[in-house]
Order: sequence, then C-alpha cells, then structure tokens
Amino acid sequence: MTSATTQAHAPTPSEPGQLKVIQDATCTFCGCVCDDIDLTVKDDHIIEAKRACVLGKAWFLNHSIEDRPSCLVEGQPAMLDEGYDRAAQILTQGKYPIIYGLSDSPCEAQRVAVSIADWIKGTIDTTTSVCHGPSGMAFQGVGEVTCSLGEVANRCDLIMFWGSNPAESHPRHFTRYSLMPKGMFLPNGRKDRTCVIVDVRKTKSAKAADIFIQIKPKKDFEALWTLRALAKGVDLDPDQVQRETGVEYSVWVDLMERMKGCKYGVIFFGMGLTMTRGKHANSEAILALTRDMNAFTRFAAKPNRGHGNVTGADNVVSWRTGYPFGVNHSRGYPRFNPGEYTTSDTLANREADCAMTIACDPLANFSQPAREHLAAIPFIALDTKETPTTRAATVAFTVATYGINTGGTVYRMDDVPIPLRPAFPSPHPSDYDVLTAIEQRVKRILGVQG
Amino acid sequence: MSLPDYTKISQGIVYDPANGIDGEVRDIWILDQHIVDAPTDRAIRPARVIDAQGLVVMPGGIDMHCHIAGPKVNTARKMRPEEKRRDKQMPRTNIAHSGTLGSVPSTFATGYKYSALGYTTAFDAAVPPIGARHAHEEFDDTPCIDKGFYVLMGNNHYVMQSLMQQEPGKLKAFIAWLLNATKGFAPKLVNPGGVEVWKSKQAGNVSGLDTKVDHFEVTPRQIVGGVARAAAELGLPHPVHIHCNNLGMPGNWETTLETMRALEGHRGHITHIQFHSYGGGEGDENTFNSKAIPLADYVNSHPNITVDVGQVLFGETTSMTGDGPLGYFLSKIYGGKWFSADTEMESGCGITPIKYRNKSLVHALQWAIGLEWFLLVQDPWRVVMSTDHPNGGSFLAYPQIIRLLMDSTYRRDILKTCPPEVRQRSSLADIDREYTLNEIAIITRAGPAKILGLANKGHLGPGADADITIYTPNENAEVMFEMPRVVIKSGRVLVEQGEIRESLIGKTLHVQPLYDIEMEADIQKWFEKYYSIRWRNYPVDLSYLHQSCVIPTRHGDLQG
Ligand code: SF4
Ligand SMILES: [Zn+2]
Repeated sequence: MTSATTQAHAPTPSEPGQLKVIQDATCTFCGCVCDDIDLTVKDDHIIEAKRACVLGKAWFLNHSIEDRPSCLVEGQPAMLDEGYDRAAQILTQGKYPIIYGLSDSPCEAQRVAVSIADWIKGTIDTTTSVCHGPSGMAFQGVGEVTCSLGEVANRCDLIMFWGSNPAESHPRHFTRYSLMPKGMFLPNGRKDRTCVIVDVRKTKSAKAADIFIQIKPKKDFEALWTLRALAKGVDLDPDQVQRETGVEYSVWVDLMERMKGCKYGVIFFGMGLTMTRGKHANSEAILALTRDMNAFTRFAAKPNRGHGNVTGADNVVSWRTGYPFGVNHSRGYPRFNPGEYTTSDTLANREADCAMTIACDPLANFSQPAREHLAAIPFIALDTKETPTTRAATVAFTVATYGINTGGTVYRMDDVPIPLRPAFPSPHPSDYDVLTAIEQRVKRILGVQG
Repeated sequence: MSLPDYTKISQGIVYDPANGIDGEVRDIWILDQHIVDAPTDRAIRPARVIDAQGLVVMPGGIDMHCHIAGPKVNTARKMRPEEKRRDKQMPRTNIAHSGTLGSVPSTFATGYKYSALGYTTAFDAAVPPIGARHAHEEFDDTPCIDKGFYVLMGNNHYVMQSLMQQEPGKLKAFIAWLLNATKGFAPKLVNPGGVEVWKSKQAGNVSGLDTKVDHFEVTPRQIVGGVARAAAELGLPHPVHIHCNNLGMPGNWETTLETMRALEGHRGHITHIQFHSYGGGEGDENTFNSKAIPLADYVNSHPNITVDVGQVLFGETTSMTGDGPLGYFLSKIYGGKWFSADTEMESGCGITPIKYRNKSLVHALQWAIGLEWFLLVQDPWRVVMSTDHPNGGSFLAYPQIIRLLMDSTYRRDILKTCPPEVRQRSSLADIDREYTLNEIAIITRAGPAKILGLANKGHLGPGADADITIYTPNENAEVMFEMPRVVIKSGRVLVEQGEIRESLIGKTLHVQPLYDIEMEADIQKWFEKYYSIRWRNYPVDLSYLHQSCVIPTRHGDLQG
C-alpha cells in the first residue's frame, strides 16, 4: 500500500532565458533544514540562493543535471524498465537482501523503501547506524529531555555545544536557532545568552563561545560524569578531576553553577561525542545529565544531526516497523538488533547476499571487509551523481535531486517536518519513482496484493 | 450499462440505537460505500449476500480518544523496543504489511488491529500543530480505518495572547485558521496554561483554574471558557476536547468540577475523566478516594457536557501526554526512562513507561473509578468507551471492559482481587447496573459519532457510511467482542474472524471552518516573529491526505 502523497509540488519548467523565483525553498544540505531560501532560477540553473550559507549556496548553485543515463545495468546504459526488472529480480532472489541509506531522500521515498524491505523479508538500515545510532540507543535507555529549535531561539539563555562544530557542519545554527536570534524571552538576542563549547580541540566554533572548555581526548564520559556528580553535590577530588578530564576542577564547578542558574539550558551534541570512545555511554551520560538538570531548572539536549533527512528516516522506519534503524524482516516481522542488523555488520560478516543502496556511498566510507563484500554481491544503487558505489553497482539509477528537482517532506533535526519546494525539473526519475517501480515488480514476483 | 452492485447483510440482529433499533432482525443494504434503502424493485437481487442469521450487527466502532499517530506516538515507539520483542509478532502476509505491537503498535499494526476489533474510525487526541504534517503522513500508513486528530491549543501563545488582550474575534479566527492549516478535526486543551508554565520554570505548572499563567496573565478558566465560546461560534462539530489541569493528582476533582463550570454552558467534552476524579490530599495515599459520584451528578444534570472514561487496566503500558509537567511527575514516580519535548509557541509532551498493579491501592482505585464513571452516568449518549490508549491500557482491552460493564458478577470477582479499601473509597461494590448490548452500541459507536458530529457514522440508516461490524453472540461479552465475525469498511469486507481479507487506506476526517481572512495578517505577523519555520511552509496541503473528508461546521466552511 503506497501513498498518493508525493510529487505534489512538481516544479514547473521555466521559459528559456526567464527568471523564476522560488520563495521559502528548503535546503537539505544539513540538519538545520533551513526553509527560508529564495532561489532564483534561470535556464534550469539556480543562479541565486538568498539566505543560504556557504554550504547551502554550493549545494544549490553547483547543482546541474547529471549528463549521464538514468539507468545503467552492469555499466551499460539501459532503459529504465530493464533496470527496474533487474533490480526486482536481484532483490527477490536473495536470501539476505539489505537496503541501506535513505538519509538523503524525502520521507515519501523512504516509505517505499521500507515497504520493499518488508515484502522481500529484507533488512533495512539507515545512515543513523553510522552517525547518531549510539544516541538512538542511549535514548532507548534513558529517554531524552528536549525541545524544538524555535524553543531554543525563544527561551534558552545557556547554549552548550559538546563535540559539535556547528560553525562548519551547521553554518546557520548560531544565527537561525541557537545564539543570535532575538527570542520571545531573550529580547537582546546574543547578549542575553551564554555560550559554552566543550570539545577536545579548538574548533572554528570555539570563537563563538563565551567559555571554551578543552577536554582531554576520549575523556567525554569522565567530564560528563564530573558534571553529574557536581549536580548531585557529590564530593570530588579536584586533582583527580583535573587529571581525568584535563580541565581544572574550578572550571567544572563554575560551569555547573551556570547550568543550575540559567533559566533554560540546552546541550547540542555531535559526532565528536557519539563516535568517540564510549559511544552510547557518552550519549547516555549527556541525556542523563540533562535529565538531572531538570531538578534545578529547565534543560534540554539535542543531537546535532547531519544529513538532510536522516531524522525523517528515523521517523519513517520507526512508524512502519516500531524500530528506528537496523531492522531485519527475515522472519516476516521486524526485529531490531544494532550490531547485528546494521549494514556495516551485515556486510562485514558476509551475511548480505544482495543489496540496494539509496543516496549513500558505502564503497567510499565503509570498512575494508564491508566494502569488499558489497563489491562481490549483486546490488542496486540510487544516487544523484556518480560515486564509487554507483560505479560498482549491478544496476545504477541516476535520480533527480530532492529539494531541487523533486518535492516531498523532510524532517529537521528536531523532528519538525518541512515540505520541499523544488526549483526546476530533472530528466531523471526521482528516487520515489524508481523505488515505486521496483516495489510494483517485487510485489508481482512475490504475489503480494497489499 | 451495469446494474447497481448491492451487498445485503441478511437477517442479522441489528443494534442501531441512533435509529431506535434495539436488537431487531433486519436486512441491511449496501451500495458502494454507503448504506441504502432496500431497493423498491423487488426483482433487484444483491450481488453479494452476507448471511447474518443469529449474528449481531452494529455500526463500526469509533474510538474518539486514542494516541496512534504523530511525533509523540512515534517517539514512544522508538523508545520502547523491549516490549515489542516480548509481544506477539505480526508477520507480513500477501495482503498486509508486517508490524510490531507492544503498548504502541506500529502504524500498519494499529490499523489492522483496530479493524480486527470491529473499529472503523479513530481519532488521535493530541497533535501539536507544527507536527500535523507528521501525523498525516502516519495516517497514510495506518490502513483500514478512517481517522482524524485534535489540535493542541490550550497553551498556544496566540490563544493566550488574544485572551489577555480581550480580543475574542482574534481568538475565533485563529482557531479556525489553525484547524484549516493543520487539517485537524477539533480544538484540544491539555492542561490549559500549565504546560506554558512548565516551559518557563523548573517543575512549573498551574495549580488550578484561577492560577495566572506567567507572562500571559490569563488563567486556565479563561482559556477553557474562551475557546469553548469561540468553538461554539464557529459551529464546530466537536467544539472542544479538554484534558483538565492537575491530571492524576489527589484532590483534583474540584479542578475538574471548576473546568466544567468554566464552560459556562457551552458544549465541551472532558476526556479520560477517570484520571480527574480523585479526592484526598496531596501526596497522601491514605486519603486517595473516588469522587466519581459528585462529578457524575454534575454531568447528569448538565447536558452540555460529555465525557470519555480513560479506563485503566492492570498491566504495563506507556504513558504519553501533551501534558509536559505530568510526564515529569510520572517519571519521578516510576523512575524509568523519560522523554519530554517542548514545542515552540504551542505545546509540550511527556512519555514514560508505567505499570498498573492490582495490588496497589491507588491503581486499583483508578480501575474502580473508571468503571464507576461508566455506571454512574445515566445517559449512555454522554459517556464514551476509552482507555486513553495507551495511557490507561491498550484499545485491545475494550472487549474486557465491555464484559466488566455487562457482567456484574465478573466485575465483583475482579474487584475481590483488589485491596479491600477500594470498596470503602469508591462506590463500585454498591453498583448492580449491567449494560445492555444496546447501551454498549451507544458508548462505542452511536454516542461518539453524535458527540463528534459525524452524521454519516455510528448508525445504519440510509446514507450512513457502510462501516459495519458483525459479531457472533456469546454469553461471555469479552469473547463476543474480541473477534468479530465480519468487519465491513466503506462497503468492503476487510476482516473475517480476525483475518485481514483486504486493506484500504481510509479517509481523513477534518474541518474547514470559515473565518475572517483579514485576521490572517495579524496571525502572520505574530508567527513570523517567533516561529523557526516559515509561514508558507507551515500549513499542510491536501496532497498529504490520502482521501480528504470535510465534516461541515454549522456556520460555514472554507471551500477547497
Ligand atoms: S545551515 Fe545547513 S540547511 Fe541551512 S543553508 Fe546552510 S547547509 Fe543549508
Ligand atoms: Zn489522551
């Protein structure tokens, strides 16, 4: 059962030489998902992206239609139908099919991908498993006290970043949401806020901080537990604290006073925390610290998610299967086990015998054993551009770019769903179109009527 | 030209309280998606006959208060992998998607399970407006039932601001605008004012109807009264759905009574009233008791008020609420994982796992108070079946509740397993009333349809949606209601004896009240000052609804 809600906002082709302006378009380049971009389009090119940051400008302005076939089968140009047929054959013939990626697709396409995984009794996994998967697991352990980004703008007077470098990864984070906005209860904007950045190195973001705390590498967990202990009034040995964290005890005491004294604090954490030693124990510590702080004041935590719609992927996979990522359907129903059903594992353990990758490049990013195994099995790759993964794929589809050529829905890192306003059409099919065509064939082969 | 393709349900024992039919043997004719009169031309034969001889025929069930879609529900799914592993599994079939259960089933599982239970319509009770698009996306993946949602407004800044500025015109326009923008069904107030205070200070909340909300200088009483009046002026089919302040607190019954008074005679629905009917002093378990009698007396004598119960069942579940401070309170009691989310300008949210134990006096009293409510409200048209799924328990427990209502011996047997003090602190042991099948049909379908203003649902007269459930009678009502013989939705047989035969996506029920478009400029000015998303990207357009079904208001609708 597939939805009718798709491509509703298909872009209209522009007249040659005419300027067309798309107001309030959405940038999907990072988790900020800025939806206030005004795009000027001329001859199927974006010539201006008003309000976008450097990354966003590059994303919009450098976009051109890939001059390559929409479909390649074993490296040779092929008709789309041939590609769809072949893809459906591969996916239905495997004993352990896996589908991976999803974080750069709109929810509408993600939903179809999960459907296919269900019909073929396959495993579905998203890039969450390699970035904020540990936060997801920590979340399942302790929960989370959080808030929307507009709430940060309106209420938060203490802004902390931990292992996150928004100046480079989320360039408009400071101006749009966290530091600069004049909020309802912070009429003076930046002047009404204190910014604290904790990291193992002096990042570009550090200069935005009122207080920068440089901790010893791989000592995030110790630092967070120091704060938890201080919050609870536990006596600590100052020398030991300094030895463990690389930071003077008095700095932590001062920070805790500020944390207790603020009206509403927030900690944004990044992969510097979730992907270093401790992984989900680190995320758990930050979520637990945040929870503890609510005994004194209001406090929230938020992972600074990267890819445009990775949050949408978490949501779609959760509402359809009950689990956020790493979901196996081999028994006909969803099972969840990170470390077993996550893609880096199903590949490295040589369990997967066919695959479909959607808008991701495992052949560039995964471990050697995982890459070797993927290259050795038949697989389908969907991407907007040529990558090491599409080059090695049995069937490769060049798809239109979401948010530029196609519409749909993306979720911001605070779970706020936002519609896309595409600028101009692409000759390539959307990932939604490709996945829908594959799903139809898969259902026919398997005798599914639903 | 082809002949009309009739289906006839033949010779069933029909319970159709809205049309005054109480267990009469009748035929029911269906054409396409609707119930129709029997064709006058006797020569016309139905294309299909469903033999219902000896079976009970009722309209499809309507759940008017549950939590099945949107940000909070989905967060609860992500948060609770452990209970899904333990529960029954739902493998895919050649017709149906797979799914997971636990207290918060996945979307497909939710649709199939409601359908298999004989329910054909359900309303999610608490969607933050900024998450409306998300709720609609989930609805699109929730098959077999029609659905809609209520829009959280009780802590909305514009609502409070227009009350503070004494601008009822602005308030009315805003409510209409917001319902249109979200494609929602009704205004919902959750702990009016209290959630805003929770956002502004540690353990913040309001203490009663007359506490001033910081910054906005309005009281919960003003919010309840103001929204109820505006909703009446808009002629909404379901004017206002209220989760009172102080949910779960000993002594909260007075808050509930004051909330009813704050309606000032306007129509209003008080939800999961069981959780709001407690006597006793703060934090003192020894004084915790039932105040269902005085509250039910008030309801009995005030026809503007309707309630659903929020029955508690013993066992584990997940509490999820738009009531942020309540989530904090419960998480401290149970000590498990806790999720809280504050949403800009609009609302809050709290989620935590909980467990109701029959050996706990408080929990056993909650169980008893719920049943008292069903049995003490004299007019069954004004009390509705609910567990506040999953807060009091799963919707899958409805058959068990039906048995508790129809069988006083069974009820007494369960009561015996509870601490003996329950008998002194509630009136349950003294009530002999047993529900009839007709009354069950009222509290599970005809009543909610009427309270929601759904003219085409909850009955079996010509023009009604062909949403019909056929049960095999059984002495044990739980057995009878837990596995209907046949479930028909929009004229199609979706379920037979618990098996899914066919699937469809279902309609989305929403309202489009008319309002003064000139007022939009003021709303836009406010919106653009403080929201983190753009004004133009906020409204949900029709492309998100698989099939839109606009329920008319009494005072006019926007077109399109
Ligand atoms: S901050 Fe992120 S979403 Fe916003 S314009 Fe820059 S890259 Fe795009
Ligand atoms: Zn509820």
